[in-house]
Amino acid sequence: MDAVLLARIQFAMTIGFHFLFPPLSIGLGWMIYLSEFFGRKNKDYKIIGYFFGKVLGLIFAVGVATGIVMEFQFGTNWSEYSKFVGDIFGAPLAAEGVFAFFLESTFLGLYIFGRNKVSPGVHRFSSLMVAVGATISAFWIIVANSWQQTPAGFIIQNNRAELTDFWAAVFNPSTLVRFFHTVDAALISGAFLWAGIAAYMILKNKQVEIAKVALKFAVIFGLIASLLQVYPFGHEHGRQLARTQPEKFAAIMGLYYTQTAAPVDIFAFPTDRPPELKLRIGIPGLLSWLALGDANAPLKGINEFPRENIPPLFLTFVSYHNMVILGMYFILILAISAFKIYKKTLWESKKLLKILFWSIPLPLAACQLGWIAAEVGRQPWIVYHLMRTKDAVSVSVGAGEILFSIFLFGAIYILLFSVLIVLLKKKVNKGFDLLSEEVI
Amino acid sequence: MDLNLIWFLLVGVLIIGYAILDGFDLGVGMIHLFTKDEDEKRVNLNAIGPVWDGNEVWLLTGGGALFAAFPIVYATVFSGFYLAFVLLLTALIFRAVSFEFRKYSEEKNKKYWDFAFGVGSLLPALLYGVAIGNVLKGLPIDSKGAYLGTFFGLLNPYAIIVGLLSLTMFLMHGAIYLTLKSEGKQKEKMIKTASNAWIAFIVLYLLATLMTFFFGHYLFASVFGNPIFWVLLVLLFVSIVYIPIGLKTGKTGYAFTASSLTIASMILLMALSLFPRLVPSSFDLNYSLTIYNASSTPRTLFSMLIIALIGVPIVIGYTIWIYRIFRGKVVMSKDSYD
Repeated sequence: MDAVLLARIQFAMTIGFHFLFPPLSIGLGWMIYLSEFFGRKNKDYKIIGYFFGKVLGLIFAVGVATGIVMEFQFGTNWSEYSKFVGDIFGAPLAAEGVFAFFLESTFLGLYIFGRNKVSPGVHRFSSLMVAVGATISAFWIIVANSWQQTPAGFIIQNNRAELTDFWAAVFNPSTLVRFFHTVDAALISGAFLWAGIAAYMILKNKQVEIAKVALKFAVIFGLIASLLQVYPFGHEHGRQLARTQPEKFAAIMGLYYTQTAAPVDIFAFPTDRPPELKLRIGIPGLLSWLALGDANAPLKGINEFPRENIPPLFLTFVSYHNMVILGMYFILILAISAFKIYKKTLWESKKLLKILFWSIPLPLAACQLGWIAAEVGRQPWIVYHLMRTKDAVSVSVGAGEILFSIFLFGAIYILLFSVLIVLLKKKVNKGFDLLSEEVI
Repeated sequence: MDLNLIWFLLVGVLIIGYAILDGFDLGVGMIHLFTKDEDEKRVNLNAIGPVWDGNEVWLLTGGGALFAAFPIVYATVFSGFYLAFVLLLTALIFRAVSFEFRKYSEEKNKKYWDFAFGVGSLLPALLYGVAIGNVLKGLPIDSKGAYLGTFFGLLNPYAIIVGLLSLTMFLMHGAIYLTLKSEGKQKEKMIKTASNAWIAFIVLYLLATLMTFFFGHYLFASVFGNPIFWVLLVLLFVSIVYIPIGLKTGKTGYAFTASSLTIASMILLMALSLFPRLVPSSFDLNYSLTIYNASSTPRTLFSMLIIALIGVPIVIGYTIWIYRIFRGKVVMSKDSYD
């Protein structure tokens, strides 16, 4: 197998696995802070925050472990890329360390171990810093990735991209919309983990009164986040994409021919050569209206772009549309749950509680699908219209070496994931720790 | 002072910060590998539990800063050391999860995570030195800056000696840190471990210096006329000599400061003798990657400098604050690692 493909497989695997954890850290981080905040007046929230703090500790550890690989992987596997973009791409990674990761790690240590060593106010502040750190971390990583999508603030000189305007590079055309979209996805992921665990405890008849408080909080938090994801965040991201990366937009939306009154597809099966959508059910004009504000507006299709610049069609279409379907599912399930909380019948509805529990992985699946649409949609470029992925790999690293590391990291990740699930299950089965007075 | 020089120093500061802070974590991990007593194990884990993660961020930030300031070095060295890096990352992954995984594991499974913590600390402590040894003796880099070496080429006697040197240095540093955190019998043991590691460190340091005359003669070319070299050498000498004195007289806090200064002055001496090269070429010194031919543009270096000037003082501020909160002997609570 050729080294470029292997390097891509390795990157997809390591980032895909890593990307299970930061969304949970961000989502749990904010929810823990809010619990600590409500916990000033309500002891149940204090207990809930304490419990999920421990859950975060476990999840964060795996996030850190898999994140170390990411920091160095550009150099080990993508050295030509690193040389080409180093003048721009390294700065956000370093800024992430200085402004975000130090904050998150240091204050998580204080939050978990410092309960009896600092005042309640300082302790609460430490949970806020964990959430803020995780979120700033997302910002700088998305700055770096968005620059690959919509590069700005640079000039090509001396065979590399050289910085001309720092702020233009940081706030390139896709940074902010993608940041809000991603962070909101993280909040939804946190909410579903929280709600699922609480639902499980109610089902198992464990500390039901506290679990109800936790579930109510997560459902409302998650519902707000899910609604915001449709409008404005998801919508704005789509509009930005149509403006800045038309071939990626065409691929993920299934626009294989230029058309007016382009539809939003509810269902379709894309095939390659010739590009075509089979069994298509769509709402005519909706996509044109969403993207350009006019139901009859024309949208450019794949047919207008040179063949060598077109991203894979099947994967982008399928992953994007499944993400959207999941997004709709989140709203539906949380709206029903919220309604039943209002009617005070959710606690009896075993079926819905079970659905909430089994929905824990779904927002993470949506994150992965969205990320696949974003990154595969950028192909064949590693930096949009500037550098092709095939020209970016390390020249001094052989296919055998990459294959070896894929197997090694793959085995380690499977091990870590299995252990994490077992330990989380054990922690959840032990239930909430009813804090004695001296630790509050 | 130009921006390239400033960034040479700043990357040095990050490496020193990492070596001093995560250095004692690595040392504690190596000691943990040979700790039998359960109570002592708990002290090991909780001595670094609240802070090790923040300490490791120095490495990640150092990696990011190297990428941003000297991308050619980041790209050439990291891809050149591919398999060594895979090994290092494997070790760091296991170390990172070992604390939490051990805490929530069944009693009978804890030993596996003890082992992961120990080996996950020992390997990096060794590999950092091996990497530095290879850089000091020069890497096979051709006139176009391409790396032509192999994995087994990295395992040469000189690099292994430097690797053992860094291993004993971190072992000593970690043992001294534990004397601050432990009491009674364990503290006595740690004083002994630190003293033994100190002897091994001296022997290896002399051996490595002697070997450097043969393998990296160019490193001595311009240092003797430089007053900074002599200042650093005196600082190194005084701190090394003070370590056993501090340990014997019970001034372990000062001994820890001395061992931190030892690490700092060693790294600074190395940086001084490399300057202005970052990665010397073993084919021809003229092919070396330097702080000028491997750097980012002045605009990027300047932007990064602003980031560093805003961010680093804040980081140092709250890091000191957190260390003060957790200062003193390890006291177990329900939140501790057990």
